[in-house]
Amino acid sequence: MSDAETASKQPSPGWWGRVVEVNDQLWKTPTRVVEIIGEHIQLLSRAIFWLVKPPFRWAVFIESLEFIGVQSLMIVTLIGTFVGMVFALQLTSALRQFGTESFVGATLGIALSRELAPVFTSIVVAARAGAGMATELGSMRITEQIDALATMAVNPVQYLVTPRILAATIMVPLLSMLFNCVGMLGGYGVAVWLQNVDRGAFVENARWIVETKDVVQGLLKATVFGSALSLISCYQGFHAQGGAKGVGIGTTRAVVGSFVAILVLDYFLTDVILTLQKK
Amino acid sequence: MSVATDDLVPERDERYQIRIRRLEKTFGGIHHVLRGVNLDIERGKINIIIGGSGQGKSVLMKHLMGLLKPDTGHIWIDGEDVVPLDDYQLNRVRKKFGMLFQYAALFDSLTVEENVAFPLVEHTRKSKAEIKSIVQHRLQEVGLKNVEKKYPAEISGGMRKRVGLARALVLEPEILLYDEPTTGLDPIATKNVDDMIRDISRETGVTSVVISHDMASTFRIGDRISMLFEGRIVESGGPDEILGSKHEFLRTFIETSGTVRMR
Repeated sequence: MSDAETASKQPSPGWWGRVVEVNDQLWKTPTRVVEIIGEHIQLLSRAIFWLVKPPFRWAVFIESLEFIGVQSLMIVTLIGTFVGMVFALQLTSALRQFGTESFVGATLGIALSRELAPVFTSIVVAARAGAGMATELGSMRITEQIDALATMAVNPVQYLVTPRILAATIMVPLLSMLFNCVGMLGGYGVAVWLQNVDRGAFVENARWIVETKDVVQGLLKATVFGSALSLISCYQGFHAQGGAKGVGIGTTRAVVGSFVAILVLDYFLTDVILTLQKK
Repeated sequence: MSVATDDLVPERDERYQIRIRRLEKTFGGIHHVLRGVNLDIERGKINIIIGGSGQGKSVLMKHLMGLLKPDTGHIWIDGEDVVPLDDYQLNRVRKKFGMLFQYAALFDSLTVEENVAFPLVEHTRKSKAEIKSIVQHRLQEVGLKNVEKKYPAEISGGMRKRVGLARALVLEPEILLYDEPTTGLDPIATKNVDDMIRDISRETGVTSVVISHDMASTFRIGDRISMLFEGRIVESGGPDEILGSKHEFLRTFIETSGTVRMR
């Protein structure tokens, strides 16, 4: 008897059956969320496991460093400069009302190093390199190239995922540091040259108030965001299915998922770091 | 004609390189694709698995390579059950295999030469010159010349399959898997691929497992033919035995192709 025939002969569910069905539907989404988080953790564990198993994939790693890091230099520089500039403009306008525009440099420095640089850099990298990784791995999945790697006794996680996650974990904090520098320069230009804030006050207050721990906090966040966005992008590429449309869906999910993860992780990391700093 | 026995642990028999017993696989809890496959793959022969689209032929092949894990059942390769093996241990078993994918699955970021060289670079310590020479020899063997520097996107579908075959052959595997090798090829290219599969099998003594729904090719090259229907192997035997089968669906399946007549 076929499945269809079997299904048609099953008794229709009573009220209890409907309760079970509604209950299943209610739990479907939370269960799937937990499953997806679990699968991400599983993929990360496998990537770490294969990191310590030889051979290390230097060629793919260096290619990934170049793709994630070097190719993002221009866009990070551009965005960093303008974020610094617009922030300085707003700060000067706001602080001038209280006659405290001398603190523009310090406030900008704190905002950039703690929040703006890691978050903006990660979002830029997720949109550029994360989308690229998801598309590349997704295309490889649907054209069976990932299966082909496995059949040639080359572990796909070791070959494709480990080098990419490692490269993003290294490159995002470096790009974030670049964002800090160009953001400060952009802010300096607007505040000092265009808004006539005192140069000495801008620089000295920034040096006095922005501490090493602020920069370290930002870099630490950027490191976590780099790992997260690359993990999410690789996961979506690895699990793409259903042809070109599936690759598109995977890429969209990679970008949206990375953005959400960056902002959610940002809150919790900030909370943890500030709590630790108070102790 | 014989369908492989349903005994859970079959006795060791050197005639068979791969033995599959009670293999079951369900996707998403509802799609019961394999429903207890029992199959023996003869050593050094061309074993063809036929069946309709969506019957689970490719799923079965992916189980052989360890790309998918079954829900239950066993796969013995040279007497070793590969189902419980993890990724790391499977890599050892996978070195026995070469696989030609349906659409060749060439790495599109690598040239033809780099694609064929890939397994050698990964698993041998040969010099660049040695690898280059082996790659050229393998490409000539499958009838390809002056394509070394081209990318997969720059060559035809038939040529891609040949490159895929050269890549599958390059480590001189014991078992060659072909996933619908003639799909999408014109009749002449189809015959060429058939001839290649047969020549490689005869010359190297490799065990070939071919998944196909091309009946002309199946009866042209197959030593042993097995029919996968509704998740089980329903018939298995030599071409003559299959042509004399009384299985209703098998008879319809073969006769509808219009290329082979049942007895």
